[in-house]
Amino acid sequence: MSTISLKSVRKSFGKTEVIHGIDVEVADGEFIVIVGPSGCGKSTVLRMVAGLETVTGGDIAIDGNRVNDLEPMERNIAMVFQNYALYPHMSVFDNMAYGLKIAGMPKAEIAERVQTAAKMLQLEEYLTRKPRQLSGGQRQRVAMGRAIVREPSAFLFDEPLSNLDAKLRVQMRLEIKQLQRSLGTTSLYVTHDQVEAMTLADRLIVMNAGVAEQIDTPMHVYEHPASIFVAGFIGSPSMNFLPAKIDTGRSTLSLESGANVSAEGLVLAAQSGREIIIGIRPEHLELASPDRADLTLHIAAVETLGADTLVHGSIAGAGVDGTKNASFAARLPGNARIAEGETLPLRIADGALHLFDRQSEKRIAEI
Amino acid sequence: MEKRVTFKGWMLPLLLLTPQVLVTAFFFFWPAWQAVYQSLFIPDPFGLRSQFVGLGNFEFLLGDPFYRASFWTTAIFSSLVTLASMGFALWLAVMADRLIKGSGAYRTLLIWPYAVAPAVAGVLWLFMFNTRVGVISWYLGQAGYDWNHVLNPNEAMGLVVIASSWGRISYNFLFFLAGLQAIPKSVIEAAAIDGAHFWKRFWTIVFPLLSPTTFFLLVVNIVYAFFETFGVIHTITTGGPQQATTILVYKVYSDGFVGQDLGSSAAQSVILLVVVGILTIIQFRYIERRVHY
Repeated sequence: MSTISLKSVRKSFGKTEVIHGIDVEVADGEFIVIVGPSGCGKSTVLRMVAGLETVTGGDIAIDGNRVNDLEPMERNIAMVFQNYALYPHMSVFDNMAYGLKIAGMPKAEIAERVQTAAKMLQLEEYLTRKPRQLSGGQRQRVAMGRAIVREPSAFLFDEPLSNLDAKLRVQMRLEIKQLQRSLGTTSLYVTHDQVEAMTLADRLIVMNAGVAEQIDTPMHVYEHPASIFVAGFIGSPSMNFLPAKIDTGRSTLSLESGANVSAEGLVLAAQSGREIIIGIRPEHLELASPDRADLTLHIAAVETLGADTLVHGSIAGAGVDGTKNASFAARLPGNARIAEGETLPLRIADGALHLFDRQSEKRIAEI
Repeated sequence: MEKRVTFKGWMLPLLLLTPQVLVTAFFFFWPAWQAVYQSLFIPDPFGLRSQFVGLGNFEFLLGDPFYRASFWTTAIFSSLVTLASMGFALWLAVMADRLIKGSGAYRTLLIWPYAVAPAVAGVLWLFMFNTRVGVISWYLGQAGYDWNHVLNPNEAMGLVVIASSWGRISYNFLFFLAGLQAIPKSVIEAAAIDGAHFWKRFWTIVFPLLSPTTFFLLVVNIVYAFFETFGVIHTITTGGPQQATTILVYKVYSDGFVGQDLGSSAAQSVILLVVVGILTIIQFRYIERRVHY
């Protein structure tokens, strides 16, 4: 059991800096998920912790010991790769036993450990098979088994579920979570899938362009996104954004469309006149009578999912990305009967507004 | 799913096949048949008459200590050439694979020897090892070693092996490098995390995964050493000293065209034909199937 600590970790490839200083303390037994779009540097961070990439600046410590200059094998970590990275010429048993054999463990103990892991992962019948004789899910289990048997201080997962089909992904997600809970091993998990991130993590690191935009529990990230990027990345469909201005002397926000939105209890008079961006999650919009509506949505498409109905459309007034009409989505109950081509009066749920500064794109703290 | 083209008549397919059939018949079947046919005769030295001797030529060959020695020489020669060219090529490929920058330049430079014709390569090495004016033999002399491949059979064998392997390294290197680069990086990384050092990884992961390439090259190189090294031997040693470097192919030439024993030469060709046949079968059975892992 152990902790992982990253102190202003930087990485450059040649003259290009790709990681601009990451700070995070991972507690013993914690499950941390690093989530972000492709190319944000999340895998690079994981590979630096694994020792597969050198660290350009800052310190990485495992269990309080600085590991920057240690080889991967000296860090006592285990890694699960996206393409499983099984040894194709070895049986499942040998795949799991490889690391133990190198460590010089007695044969009986190796067999025992592999058996235990195989039982945990329901792989007992497959121990003599070669990886190519296994399905994707089974291969992923073998990769997990190979990590488990070594009883490392930390598990590193590099998008382990990306090569699986949707159904299997949900199943393996649960298995990984249960496994990590029962073993209590500190874990770092990289993914671009926000559902995986939300469901697995004790804490999330949301990364964008080499910077950790926010590090917090999934629910806190969802409820209090630290920036427009985080707000837009976490949640599906993603948060709606509208440019707005804080009205002078009143607790309302005026939208570019000319409409006013009540911001009771949110805005200080001292902030008046400030140019902001407001964010509203699709699930925080509700149907209202036209006279009580905050916004009018021009419907472009309706998706009925059964439990929910997703309504996509636009709101009059410029969008944050410079478009003439802001695109907008609302998540309404499944029983709302809505036809395409209508206009829809919507009300913003109380206390559901997110406010961001228009220049810095950072969250404006609730006051 | 087998896809077949269906022809209505038999004229068009016959017409399409004719050129290939003619080429094969004239340049392959007919000479092969001639070899088999002539192996049953002993012609007189002027080629005016020949006498039917049945399997007499083969009988004589199998009882001939020089011919059996040539088999042994060929075995040693081809093993050494295969081992040297593949071993060195693998080592170079592993080193080139570790490079991040400049591997393209190394690759280009290492391909060049392949473009040198075997006979030219033979002459190059002959100059360097020339007992009187050779650069290498001069340095060897300075170091106290008296190099003389003209008199010493082992040195002669060493020299033809070096000259034959040299050009071959390029070819093998290309295949090994391609094979190495086809191994997923993550598998190597997984092994590194599992605690395996570079050479441990090489012998337990990389080398086994490379085995299809290795096996392919093994057969191809044996075939090369058997049949395509004539030029090197002819330019460097002409089979000497005391037939120490007379491999089977060279003996076909020297018995037939130098010794004028065309019947025996034809019989030797037939034996080589069988050897090629066996090697080809091995190649098709194992390489085409790619049975490994």
